[in-house]
Amino acid sequence: MTARISIQTGDFDVSREIAALTGVQAHVGAVATFTGIVRGDDGLIALTLEHYPGMTEREIARHADEANARWKLDGITVIHRIGRLETGAQIVLVAVASSHRGDAFAACEFLMDYLKTRAPFWKQEERADGTHWVEARESDDRAAERWR
Amino acid sequence: MTLLYFAWLRQKIGKSEEQLELPPHITTLAELVEYLRGQGSGYADTLADTTRIRAAVNQTHVGLDTAIRNTDEVAFFPPVTGG
Repeated sequence: MTARISIQTGDFDVSREIAALTGVQAHVGAVATFTGIVRGDDGLIALTLEHYPGMTEREIARHADEANARWKLDGITVIHRIGRLETGAQIVLVAVASSHRGDAFAACEFLMDYLKTRAPFWKQEERADGTHWVEARESDDRAAERWR
Repeated sequence: MTLLYFAWLRQKIGKSEEQLELPPHITTLAELVEYLRGQGSGYADTLADTTRIRAAVNQTHVGLDTAIRNTDEVAFFPPVTGG
């Protein structure tokens, strides 16, 4: 199983990432993807993302290994953008390749839930009246808890 | 010891990184937090409420009862909000 992990300021091309995963093994029969978008509600102008270089990559790699141990996977791609992202921008991609859809769907959701609660990223919201740091949500913690 | 601060902790303390010669009587993260609170009002205010703070030692999430050494990389940050 190969895992590609990228923390980057630039955008990503979902169809190119799917094509890369489809090519890793001849028996890939499914690629499940989740794309997160900066949601433009409540007057949000942009998000600025900060992370902990080194720890971020380690945490994501650890959870990619755990996903690979739980399900039968052929490839994982996790891309998370940092820096200033305006509403409508792509912010995160999790893509999982497997022989069958069940494993691909489950591993994709597992990885997203852990990205939300364990990967060291922090979002700052920018609105007309200034900036403030986003508070962590209990619903995200509960979503990650169910995989224990 | 390398100390790292992220998000609003970085802003309130006013720096992202610093080096500290760990006093020998400090053996846990909780004792380090107590020590840092004595290093000026910026630290005292930022570290006042430990329920709002998370920590990592050598890039692994840990609790405040964790043992630490002078060679460690210690990071303090708010609960994460990525994804």
